[in-house]
Amino acid sequence: MPDLINLQNKASSSWERLNTGDKTLITVGNATCGRSAGAMDVMETLQAETAENGIECNVIEVGCIGLCYMEPIVSIKKPGQPMVFFGNVTVKQTKKLIQDYLINDDLPTELTLGTYGDGQIEDIPALFDIPVLKPQVRRALNRVGFIDPTNVDHYFANNGYSGLEKAFEAGPEKVVEEIKLAGLRGRGGAGFPAWRKWSFCRQAESDQKYLICNADEGDPGAFMNRSLLEGDPHSLLEGMIITGYALGASIGYIYCRAEYPLALERLRLAIQQAEEHDLLGKNILGSGFDFKIKIKEGAGAFVCGEETALIRSIEGQRGMPTPRPPFPAVSGLWGKPTIINNVESLACVGLIMQNGADWFTEYGTEQSKGTKTIALVGKVKNSGLVEVPLGISLRELVFDIGGGILGDGKFKAVQTGGPSGGCVPEELLDIAVDYDSLNEAGTIMGSGGVVVMDDSTCMVDFARYFLDFAEKESCGKCVPCRLGTKQMLTILEDIVEGRGKPSDIELLEEIGEAVVVGSLCGLGQTAPNPVLTTLRYFREEYEAHIFERKCPAKQCKEFISYHILDTCVGCGLCLRNCSSNAITGEPKKLHTIDQDLCTKCGVCYEVCPPKVFSIEILTGELEEVPA
Amino acid sequence: MEESVQNILSAYEGKKEEIIPILQSVQDTFSYIPQDSMLEIARFTGVPESQVYGVATFYAQFRFTPRGKKHCMICRGTACHVNGAARILEEAETVLGIKEGETSDDLEYSLETVACIGACSLAPAIMINGTVEAKLDPKKVRKLFDKEVKNA
Repeated sequence: MPDLINLQNKASSSWERLNTGDKTLITVGNATCGRSAGAMDVMETLQAETAENGIECNVIEVGCIGLCYMEPIVSIKKPGQPMVFFGNVTVKQTKKLIQDYLINDDLPTELTLGTYGDGQIEDIPALFDIPVLKPQVRRALNRVGFIDPTNVDHYFANNGYSGLEKAFEAGPEKVVEEIKLAGLRGRGGAGFPAWRKWSFCRQAESDQKYLICNADEGDPGAFMNRSLLEGDPHSLLEGMIITGYALGASIGYIYCRAEYPLALERLRLAIQQAEEHDLLGKNILGSGFDFKIKIKEGAGAFVCGEETALIRSIEGQRGMPTPRPPFPAVSGLWGKPTIINNVESLACVGLIMQNGADWFTEYGTEQSKGTKTIALVGKVKNSGLVEVPLGISLRELVFDIGGGILGDGKFKAVQTGGPSGGCVPEELLDIAVDYDSLNEAGTIMGSGGVVVMDDSTCMVDFARYFLDFAEKESCGKCVPCRLGTKQMLTILEDIVEGRGKPSDIELLEEIGEAVVVGSLCGLGQTAPNPVLTTLRYFREEYEAHIFERKCPAKQCKEFISYHILDTCVGCGLCLRNCSSNAITGEPKKLHTIDQDLCTKCGVCYEVCPPKVFSIEILTGELEEVPA
Repeated sequence: MEESVQNILSAYEGKKEEIIPILQSVQDTFSYIPQDSMLEIARFTGVPESQVYGVATFYAQFRFTPRGKKHCMICRGTACHVNGAARILEEAETVLGIKEGETSDDLEYSLETVACIGACSLAPAIMINGTVEAKLDPKKVRKLFDKEVKNA
């Protein structure tokens, strides 16, 4: 493929110039998370101030390196020096960085995260040696945060589209063989072996086959795919072209959430660039293979993550699942054989073809090969996007990478797999993060969302939260799901609001099991999981709510009351901030809360100065509570 | 309005699969789906009006009342929930005097909850006209809207 080699060579030399030339290179993490933290202002300041001071430099936007708790993140690479990463960079600190580091060559060490690339700087660790990054293996994310996602040359220069070249040389059968050797399992949730799904589609005879990329990342608390799409969109396109080639599909759809405007913008640009470089369209690179990619914006329905519902949605209908068989691989979009793969699965296809199955299987377990991107959020210090070898323990994930619990609170549970998954208690923290071990514990890998909870999270309320989500998102087709989730939600609301009955726990289990067996699609089959797992591991919390009228986590308003201790110094902060005027007291004297007026919003608890710390939350029967 | 709906339709071919993209452009233009536009879309794509209505009501993105000038989306994602999103919603409802899903009478504010805006590390968060307000607590919410109400 002489054209491609030319492109790659040209791109490599300009990439080389950018990184080793005599101009300073500055990157700004400008994905959605960075922007939310103010990266756009930082970027503007950088451009304005460097121009004003006559500093010759290239400022580029990159994706998110995953350290969301450190956003905005800026890196500076001076000629002949390693790249230095800085975290929590505000506009003020940007000015300081320019003044101190760029003009006076005095590195402000208090802002540094680490160095990257050749060379060392005294007292600053290498970026990938810092605790949050050390256990990680970045493969699907290897380019994210380092290349400019809007510049296709950056992708070419970093091994980009070399997998496609190899796929064309090997032929479709060999591609499937390689993916089989790599043991790639679907990264979207169920973990079905990709090659097996593909072979059903390959065997089906049809004049037209389709490939659909599921980028409708609907799990609340998950943003793995978004980061990949925003930070390295071409990796998905390359994976899709290879997969389309292996399947004999000539049209690919990307079904992406409308809530991801930046990801959509980056994808549209990437598709346009790929078309310009003869990587999409007719007779791609002279191989004789035609492939085009269209984008479909999702309209906000969690159930559309289910294959058959997603297909109905692309066809312009209500996204309601249909019975399988026929499986989409045989009869899918407009009745034609269709393969639906998740963003990360498809990006892995590109990686496997670039580097080989042996490279891919260097990490992982016997049944779960490779690495997995995970959105680590909740009450954890280092929240963000991580990529770890499959088989790492939950403990390593939460405590080594995550840095432990926020505010040094006590760990309580970790939820994997979003609304379809379950909660895992502390006793099971040493289980491996892989498809099968998580299934055994009653939860699932899902698309890779991991939510950490501390002892201030009420497990009953947490289960209620997910049931509320499932009840709203149920498409309504199967009665057990539509009415079962509704009934379970009502019972859970009763429990957290103080109307729980002794028979409720058994009833929840009974309905939950009926919803699991009586639903057509994955949404219903897994919707009771958050309730069933919390009942399995945190039953005592349900019992405390029902029998003792207590919320052990002190969260459920019905069971708690706020009180001011006699250590109160009468500063008046709580009084001024109470929106229901429930607090009375003279300055410098003990304040009191009128329980009849208190709405239990918790503002007093938050504003009370930590030194004084005079607000106490009590739970249980009010008789036991001091007046 | 009829004219602008026709304008939107002229960019499409009238295939059934275009119903969702058409509804999305209608909402982009009007900030909601006016009832009359659904009949136009039905005629254009050759399906019963009930089917367009069925599709429009199925998906969470579509709304049938106008948005406020300041559209506030309160994130109810898992990370936000664990960090107290319920109290953020309660406070916003109190300060603005409208409930989730409502628009204030003067069309200044509309309040909505969304499954996840993807700012999980900045939880709890609100997105107001595309700008994320991060790491909120009830006090910050009150300040935020007090300021907004004064500026408005």
